[in-house]
Amino acid sequence: MRRRWLAAVAVSMAGLLTLTACGGGDDKAAGDGKSGQKKVEVFSWWTGPGEADGLKAMREIFEKDNSGFTFYDAAVAGGSGDQARALLASKLQANQPPDTFQGHAGAELQGYIKAGKLEPLNFLYDELKLKDVLPQELIDQISVQGQVYSVPVNIHRSNILWLNPSVLKEAGVSAAPATIDEFIADLDKVKKTGKIPLSIGSQWTAVHLLESVLLGSLGTDAYNQLWTANADWSGANVTKALENFKTILSYAGTPQEDWQPAAKQVADGAAAFNIMGDWAYGYFHNPAPGGLGKTSKTDFDWAASPGTDGTFMWLSDSFTLPKGAPNRDGAVAWLKVAASKEGQDAFNPKKGSIPARKDADKSLYQDYLAWDLEQWSNDKLAGSIQHGVVANDAWRAAINDAVGLFQQDHDVAKFQQALAAAAKNSGQ
Amino acid sequence: MRRVRRWLPGLLLVSPSIVAIAVFVYGLLGWNFKVAMSDRHDEISEGSFVGLENFTGIWDQERWGISVRHAIVFTVVFVGGALVLGWFLAFLMEKGIRGEGGFRAIYLFPMAISFIATGVVWRWLMNSGTGEQAVGLNSLFSHLGLDFLQWQWFRDPDWGMAAMAVPAIWQMSGYVMALFLAGFRGVPDELRESARVDGCGEWQVYRYIVLPMLRPVTLSALIILGHISLKVFDLIVAVSGKQIITDVPAVFMWTAVFDSHDPAKGATIAAYIVLSVAVFVIPYLVWNARKGNRS
Repeated sequence: MRRRWLAAVAVSMAGLLTLTACGGGDDKAAGDGKSGQKKVEVFSWWTGPGEADGLKAMREIFEKDNSGFTFYDAAVAGGSGDQARALLASKLQANQPPDTFQGHAGAELQGYIKAGKLEPLNFLYDELKLKDVLPQELIDQISVQGQVYSVPVNIHRSNILWLNPSVLKEAGVSAAPATIDEFIADLDKVKKTGKIPLSIGSQWTAVHLLESVLLGSLGTDAYNQLWTANADWSGANVTKALENFKTILSYAGTPQEDWQPAAKQVADGAAAFNIMGDWAYGYFHNPAPGGLGKTSKTDFDWAASPGTDGTFMWLSDSFTLPKGAPNRDGAVAWLKVAASKEGQDAFNPKKGSIPARKDADKSLYQDYLAWDLEQWSNDKLAGSIQHGVVANDAWRAAINDAVGLFQQDHDVAKFQQALAAAAKNSGQ
Repeated sequence: MRRVRRWLPGLLLVSPSIVAIAVFVYGLLGWNFKVAMSDRHDEISEGSFVGLENFTGIWDQERWGISVRHAIVFTVVFVGGALVLGWFLAFLMEKGIRGEGGFRAIYLFPMAISFIATGVVWRWLMNSGTGEQAVGLNSLFSHLGLDFLQWQWFRDPDWGMAAMAVPAIWQMSGYVMALFLAGFRGVPDELRESARVDGCGEWQVYRYIVLPMLRPVTLSALIILGHISLKVFDLIVAVSGKQIITDVPAVFMWTAVFDSHDPAKGATIAAYIVLSVAVFVIPYLVWNARKGNRS
């Protein structure tokens, strides 16, 4: 009888201990079998096709170079990392950070920085001489008061106009539109053929469209100015840009569930244009089931979104060093791999993005990615709104709300007021 | 000593759940109200007491008005639809259909599915594409030659939330049926017999005998559906994600906390959700307690 009691107590104690150990990031479990090995918990949202392969390739390099550490993949599924960030927020709030976590480089990290959750990485930038191999403009745009808090692994481009050549031919459009006005004229031509001029997905894809329209209407300098202290959201040029946005939205088809069905409308020849980030290339180009298996340049084509040629609207996945990381040395070792030419060249061809470093091996990047890499080294840079570069989370959420409401009432004046208020209240 | 022995084991047995409920339900509820009445609008500041400022201020936000309106439309359509459909199914069963057990199981099956799974399937069924782009139910309509029935489903600016209630009705009406069926079965045959002897037609038997006796069941079903409906989150997120067009308070709460990083606003919305559910639940509890006393 007593033994049974003891057993019950032991079981519940064990249960309690596992509960408290949960997410504690301590390395008792990892020590099994291989003594002296410490695990490095790498938190990301790379679980989809392509990105998970890229992560695996970097992991192999990491484990080859660091025999003392084991890689622990703490990836949380869900594109763009909504679920992952919600979980991460609660972990950080409880002061139980993973050893390193993925975040969009730029303003998205500001919340963590202000809360004192991240270590500055200037020491690592100096040690690895990253300032020489990353574009200066990129470092400027991700620095907060002279400090850098993350290591960018890849670069995606947001301002891409995807188009269907045969639909455009049918509509009598010979080349991709170079300006917003040309774009609107082309949308109108397509509309007359009965095809969908511009495909669009759920609400966030409208915000994505907005950032390209803002950049195309305002120009690079005025766009970049919007995110600084002396921004003027109430100006006439912003009004004009929002009027353009309204006109362009009026040519949009029925909103699809997400960006993939919207992109698919272009690939299938149901729609002429779609403005989406360059992750759409992998979706168009890769064989089924991960992609549509289309041929580039014939089934689909691309150009810089109207009015933005010569400007690269970027976003970047990066890794950070949380304060109080259980295995700081392991995290730094991971960051070194993430920052290295070898690591980035292993990751990016699989993920379908380009390295942030300027010294990448160009032969690894074909077709769209070759074009992309070329532009990255020559273009001016502007940061994405929806993908966490220029606006912090609160600001981005407010812009999303404003766009969602605008999609219902199409009231430009109210929309502009909401955007101006969002800029004022962002606390950025 | 003997008296202690009588109540102590029982108390010990329930004490873990008392403690757990005190901490995790009422403790956290209290904490939520405390945050809701503070100006903790980011995760760093401590926040000080501001009274009901957040509770009144939120009505100035356009999105809040929209999400409340959506919640009301959803609740009315969902609760009404599930009650009517559930009652009708139970009524058919009660008339003694052949293979009743099989039908009962079929109608109850959707209950076993989570709202997330329901939402994923219905997102496809309720795809808003029409004409050449039609899939799901719209495509079915076009195959049946019923093209005029095609519509935007949950993307319809006016009645989108009514469409959103369709999967919820599909999922919960079997459960309501089970409740009503038990209610129907609880009406003694003698009562119906005597009504018939007194000259009631079949319709009058239902109108004057059966329906009044179903009132407690209807109330229970109303409460259960009502509180599910006011808290609805998973179904909406699975069908449409966090878009204004299908915004409800619970989704707004989520974006307030995790996207806007505004704990006070999130807590305020959570408090409103709790209060709106309480409006449903408390009268029911009072009514139940009275009934318990009477018997």
